[in-house]
This record gives sequence, structure tokens and C-alpha cells, in this order.
Amino acid sequence: MKKGARFYWNLFFSTFTLSAFTFGGGYVIVPLMQKRFVKELKWIDEDEMLDLVAIGQSAPGPIAINTSILVGYRMAGVPGAFLTVLGTVLPPLITITVISFFYMAFRDNPIIRALFRGMQAGVAAVIADVVINMAAKIIKNKRVLPVVVMLLSFIAASFFDVNIIIILVISGSLGAYTTLRTRGGDGVKQHDSRKERSE
Amino acid sequence: MTLLRLFWSFFLVGLFSFGGGYAALPLIQEQVIEINSWLTPTEFMDILTISQMTPGPIAINASTFVGTKVAGIPGSIAATAGCVTPSCIIVLILAALYYRFKGLSMVQGIIKGLRPAVVALIASSGMSILLTVLFANGSSALGLSNLDLAALGLFIASLFVLRKFKPDPILAMLAAGVAGVLIYGFIL
Repeated sequence: MKKGARFYWNLFFSTFTLSAFTFGGGYVIVPLMQKRFVKELKWIDEDEMLDLVAIGQSAPGPIAINTSILVGYRMAGVPGAFLTVLGTVLPPLITITVISFFYMAFRDNPIIRALFRGMQAGVAAVIADVVINMAAKIIKNKRVLPVVVMLLSFIAASFFDVNIIIILVISGSLGAYTTLRTRGGDGVKQHDSRKERSE
Repeated sequence: MTLLRLFWSFFLVGLFSFGGGYAALPLIQEQVIEINSWLTPTEFMDILTISQMTPGPIAINASTFVGTKVAGIPGSIAATAGCVTPSCIIVLILAALYYRFKGLSMVQGIIKGLRPAVVALIASSGMSILLTVLFANGSSALGLSNLDLAALGLFIASLFVLRKFKPDPILAMLAAGVAGVLIYGFIL
């Protein structure tokens, strides 16, 4: 593929518009990225894109950012990654900067205050809804260890103020340990990774 | 100095938020409210609310908002850069490994182990958010007399509608906002 200015512009502009018009975070933007880069531009084939999405979800940080870094890297190496991350970050950066100036001017207006208070009750409900869905999924697996980890983490974070990073490091190590054990330590990983993909 | 502090705090948020979406929430809360006192719990709730209605990941929105508030536009750039730097480094390493070995089962095993903890942490920060909403009269005492019954009613009604009819969350929040204007503006 010829990589002229037009190609780089297309790469930047694709991620910029996807980021600017996608409400609802990573779970919405990732399918749209797949559509744009696999179906419309035909730059990446379907299977490879699925792998990139899986990698994006395995790394820390916002999934939309991670996936766009991967697409940029795949298309044009490290410079491509910088271009796509810039494209993804700029729309929220601009929007929120503008809004935060308005916010500081309007936050003491009684009507705005009432609107926010009502919406905050709504946000709390949205988060409760998400948590119920996620916890139900873990409980439904009927495995003891994840449920125990979930309960202990909740108690540790809510009632004992244990540092979040410590909780994450311990549970991540447990995950690494169980992977090692189920794999039998022989280094054959194809079977495992395929099983996880199908979930 | 402030810029460096902003960069570093959101670097930690970016580095330890596994699982996308709300996974960054407890980390942002810890950095922004508890460790650095950049926002009050109410301001944090406001940015969360704004975040739901604007495009972009919560972590990026929060870093931009906090950065702007603490140190203007340079602050928003420093915080946002901090938030995406760990992603850039780790994702590029994983991508290089992927193209070389085509297998990431260890990484996926770790992610699987993290998931229950991440859910628990989101639940824990969800609970403190709920307490902020229900006792928002400016008092930190959690006595029954400070309970905001209107907010409790709105929370229960919104949760019921979300579970039962599964509407777009933005619509549910806007409806709760309009109800809030009616209740707090005209009745109370």
C-alpha cells in the first residue's frame, strides 16, 4: 500500500471521527472501528482485527485508546500509533475542556444544580446496573475462586481501605497461577487461547 | 510541579485500569478525591455525569476535566498524556509479542484472574457514589435525617427501569435529570 499524506490523513481522520461521534465508550467504539477498518477501508482482515481487539482488552487503559493504538501500529508502525492515539484523544480533550469552562460558570445555577442532582441518581443507577450484570456473569460460571476473590476484594476496598493496586496485583497473580497450573507448564498454549476466545 | 503531579496520577490510573469502561472509576476516585483532593465528591459526580453524555472514555474525560480545573489547558494536556502513556507502551509491547508469537494465553489468564476483583472495585466505588448522591446535603454524616428521599426514589426508579426495559443509559439519565428539575426546582 502506498503511504502518502493522504493515507496518514485517512488514518487520523478515521479515528478522530469515530472518537468524536461515539457515545458510550469502548464497547461501542470497538465494533465501529472493526466496521471502518475491516469492511469499509479493507485495511485489516477480520481475524486479525479480532486478535487486535483481544489484545486491546488485555492491556490496561481505555479500550478505545488501546484498540486505536493497535490499528495505527498495524498500519504504519509507531508513527501510525501516535497518529491514531492523537485522533482518538483529541475529540474528548476538546469537548471536555470546553464543557468544563461552562461547568464552572453554571454549576451554581439552581436549575442546573437540580438537573445534575437528578442525573446523578440516574448515573448511580447505571453503575449499579452494570455491576449487577458483571457480578451475575461471574457467579453464573459456578467456580468458587472468582466469587471468593470478588467478595474479598469488595470487603477489602470498601471496609478496610486496602490500596486498589494491591488488590489488583494479588488477583492478577492468582490468575497467572491458575493459568500456569491448568496449562501443566509445558508451554502449549494454543488450546487455552482458543477456548478463551470463544467465550 | 503540579503538571508533573497530574501526569503521574493519571499515569497510575491508566496503568492499573484493566477491563475498560468503569474499571478506571475506583482508581480515578482514589487519585482525584482521596490522595490529591483535586475534586470534591460532588464535583466528581458531576464529571461522571458529563462523561456519560459526551463521547470518549471516562478516564480521558476525567483527566481532561481535572487537568483543566487544576492547571488550565496545560493541565488538561498533562493529565491526558499521563493517562494514555501506559497504554501506548504496554499495547505496543503486546502487539510486538503478538506478531512474533501469536499467543497471549498468559496475559489472558491474568486478565481472567483480575476480572472478579475489577467488578468488586467498581461495586465498591459505585457504593460510595451512591452514598454521595443520597447524602448530598453537604453533610458527611450518614444519619437518616440527612437522607435525600427524592434522590433515593430517583435511584430506585432509574434502576428499576434500567433492569426491566433496558433503555439507552443516556436516556435514563436525562429522564432522571428532568425529574430532578421538577422535584428539586418546583416541589422541594
